[in-house]
Amino acid sequence: MSTFFDRILGREKRSARQAKDRLKLVLIHDRIDMNPGTLETLKDELIEVISRHVDIDPGAVHIKMTQDGRQQRLIADIPINPSGRRRSRKNV
Amino acid sequence: MTNKVITITSGKGGVGKTTATANIATALAVDGARVVCIDADIGLRNLDVVLGLENRIVYDLVDVVEGRCRLRQAMIRDKRLPNLFLIPAAQTRDKTSVSPSDMVRLIDELRTECDWVLIDSPAGIERGFRNAIAPADVVVVITNPEISAVRDADRIIGLVEAEEKGPVRLVLNRLKPELVKREDMLSPDDILELLAIELIGIVPEDEKVILSTNRGVPIVLDGKSQAGQAFRNIATRLAGQNVPFLNLEDRNGFFGRISRMMRSGGD
Repeated sequence: MSTFFDRILGREKRSARQAKDRLKLVLIHDRIDMNPGTLETLKDELIEVISRHVDIDPGAVHIKMTQDGRQQRLIADIPINPSGRRRSRKNV
Repeated sequence: MTNKVITITSGKGGVGKTTATANIATALAVDGARVVCIDADIGLRNLDVVLGLENRIVYDLVDVVEGRCRLRQAMIRDKRLPNLFLIPAAQTRDKTSVSPSDMVRLIDELRTECDWVLIDSPAGIERGFRNAIAPADVVVVITNPEISAVRDADRIIGLVEAEEKGPVRLVLNRLKPELVKREDMLSPDDILELLAIELIGIVPEDEKVILSTNRGVPIVLDGKSQAGQAFRNIATRLAGQNVPFLNLEDRNGFFGRISRMMRSGGD
């Protein structure tokens, strides 16, 4: 139970908001029949394959599932390190 | 009219499939159409008691499928409306006594007999559900503003779309406007955003529904009930007419916005 102060200070979301956020996640995984663990594995494998060809920072990779109507979309944001960075690191 | 076979389904049990079937069927019959409703929940029949016809059953759906009686003999005429009929489910058999192709055959026979066929689907996603959607022209998915019911509705919509059955329409049942206003219940906007299908009705929580079920008299026959009005509106929309959504809240709330949106959106 949230107090009035919790609410005005934004410390706790209303229960409808929580329900919607939780549902959103559950539906994404239900629809593609993939659990959160498999998505992590997919992310690791994707990073490994791309790293073979270009220099990327694994920590900066964002892979997420989004909803577009009743369609699910896998969005990958993979920033590529500038080619000069490797060389400059070697120089240090 | 080609869209005359309507299957009402939900995935989750207890969200109001049988109540919705009884009320939409009754509302269509009040408007003068010849309506047959079928209880496809073999082994757990209930549409008969909700319609108040439990004492009149002689033959059931399985009797028709297995050839023990003619279709006409299993059609129970309603006490109040001479153009409303029920084909009850068998109570002592299980869902495997009927197949999807049996249902298609039976409903094809009914298409020439009446204006509307409403099929009350059992809960779940197994054989009974497959039987219920096999002959459908339109699938009405009913849900409550609860996380588990919406999740199951999404699963059902996915299965119906995979079978290329359609169109699929949504009924949001047992909404409590005061809880939504307090942001302690999922709003129609939230649910439509997540499920991304067309809404055909919002039915507010109404304790008169319990009374009407106790009596075996569908709530649409009560002119003063808000839930009854909501079910009558669903029937009108299924028949292809545009009616505004009930104003369950002030005009600037989401209900007001939805109803204005529907009105300005044409068909």
